Amino acid sequence: MPRRVHVQTTINGEEIDFLCEARQSLLEVLRDVLGLTGTKEGCNDGNCGACTVIFDGRIVTACLVLAVEAEGKQITTVEGIAVGRELHSIQQCFLEGAALQCGICTPGFIVAAKALLDQDNNPSEDKIRLWLANNLCRCTGYDKIVRSVQAAAERMQEVR
Amino acid sequence: MQWFEYARPGTVDEAVRLLSEHGEKACVLAGGTDILVQLRGGFRAAEWVIDVKEIPALDEIAWDEASGLTIGAAVPCYRIYEDEDVKKLYPGLIDVASLIGGTQIQGRASLGGNLCNAAPSADAVPIMIALEASCRIAGTNGERTVAVEDFCTAPGKNVLAAGELLVSLHFPAPKANSGAHYLRFIPRNEMDIAVAGAGVSVVLDNGNFTSARVALASVAPTSLFVKQAGDALAGQPVSDESIQRAADIAKQAAKPIDDMRGTVRYRKHLCEVLTRRALHVAVERARRNN
Repeated sequence: MPRRVHVQTTINGEEIDFLCEARQSLLEVLRDVLGLTGTKEGCNDGNCGACTVIFDGRIVTACLVLAVEAEGKQITTVEGIAVGRELHSIQQCFLEGAALQCGICTPGFIVAAKALLDQDNNPSEDKIRLWLANNLCRCTGYDKIVRSVQAAAERMQEVR
Repeated sequence: MQWFEYARPGTVDEAVRLLSEHGEKACVLAGGTDILVQLRGGFRAAEWVIDVKEIPALDEIAWDEASGLTIGAAVPCYRIYEDEDVKKLYPGLIDVASLIGGTQIQGRASLGGNLCNAAPSADAVPIMIALEASCRIAGTNGERTVAVEDFCTAPGKNVLAAGELLVSLHFPAPKANSGAHYLRFIPRNEMDIAVAGAGVSVVLDNGNFTSARVALASVAPTSLFVKQAGDALAGQPVSDESIQRAADIAKQAAKPIDDMRGTVRYRKHLCEVLTRRALHVAVERARRNN
C-alpha cells in the first residue's frame, strides 16, 4: 500500500487538507479527491491549458503540479472566480460574447483571463492573445474569447 | 502516473544526500514541466522525486557588480523576466525566459531545468552559452563548476553524476558595450519547439567587434556552440559583411537532422538567417549600452 501524504493548503480561500499519493497530480486531487470538477483534464501534459489554476498568484497547469506541492500554497480554481451566486465579469462576458461552444476549455480560459486582468486592467489584444497562448480551444477560433476578455476588462473598469 | 516517493529537502546537503542514497532511482523536480510529462508517459522511471524548489540556493536571483548574476537552478521563468536587474543588464535572458512555453509553463519552468533536460531544442541554453554562463554543481565530494557549453552530452543526457545537483547558473557581469539576443523560429509564436534557434552575444569597441559568441538550438544532438563564428567577428568592423560571414559559418557548423519540424537544408538556412538577425539586434543593444 503506497504511503499517503497529508497536505494542508488553501483552495478558493478555504483552508483544506487532504491525503494523496506523491504521484498524484494536483489536477487528479482537485477532481477526484476534492470534487472540484470545474478544472478540466484535456491533454494531461501541459499543452492545452484546460486545467489552469492560479497557484500562489501565478497561473499553472494543474496536470504539471504534484498535489504534494500544494502544501502551504494559495490556489484558485474556476469555482473560486464567481462571488457567491454572482458571476464574475469575465464569466458574464464569456456568456454574452458566446465565447464557448463545448465548454471544456472554458474554465482554463476564465482562470487565465482572471489572472491577466488582475495584473493589467487594460491589456492590448496582442497581450491577451500571448497570455492565452497556453490555452487551446478547438471550437471558437479564439476571436470571441479575446473579445470577451476585452469586454470584461472594460466592464471591470466601469465598476471601479 | 507511476508510483514514487516524494521528498522536499531544505538544503543542498540534504538534497545531495538523498540523490546519492537513491542514485539512478531518484530524479530532481524543479518546475516539473518536463519531468512530470516524462514520468507520466513512462519515458523515465523514478522511485524518488526530489523537489528542490525550497532550497534557498536554488530559489534565488542575486546580482552584484563584482561576481555578476546568479540564478538558482529552480527559479521559474516569470521571476527572471520580472527581475529589475535582469531586465536592465541581461535582455538576452529576458528573450528566452519569456518565450519558453506559454504563461502557465513560465510560471513553473526554470533555466536550470531546461539545461538539465538537455533537449537539442532547449531555448535557454544557446543564450546561456553566448553569455558565458557556468553551472555550479554540488555533490558528495564538494562542488565543481562546468561551463554551460560542456554540460549537455547527448539528447537527454548531461554531465551530472549520480548524487550531483545543479545548484545555480552564473553569468559574468556584462562588459561595457555588450549586447545579446536569442531568436528562434517556430511555426507559431508560442508553445512550440524550435525548428532552429540562435543565441548570440557581442562586445563592441569603436565600431569594431572585440569579441562575440554564437550558439545554435535544434541543429545538433546538444545545443551547438559555434566558437569559430564568434571568433571570426573578433577585431572585425561592425558591418553587414562581417556579420554575414559569421552567419555563414554558423550555417556551415549546423548539423541538423530531417524531421517533422524541418529538413536539413531548411534548418541550415534558418541558422544563417537567425544568426545574422540576432547579431544585428545584439549590436543595436550593445550600442544602446553606451
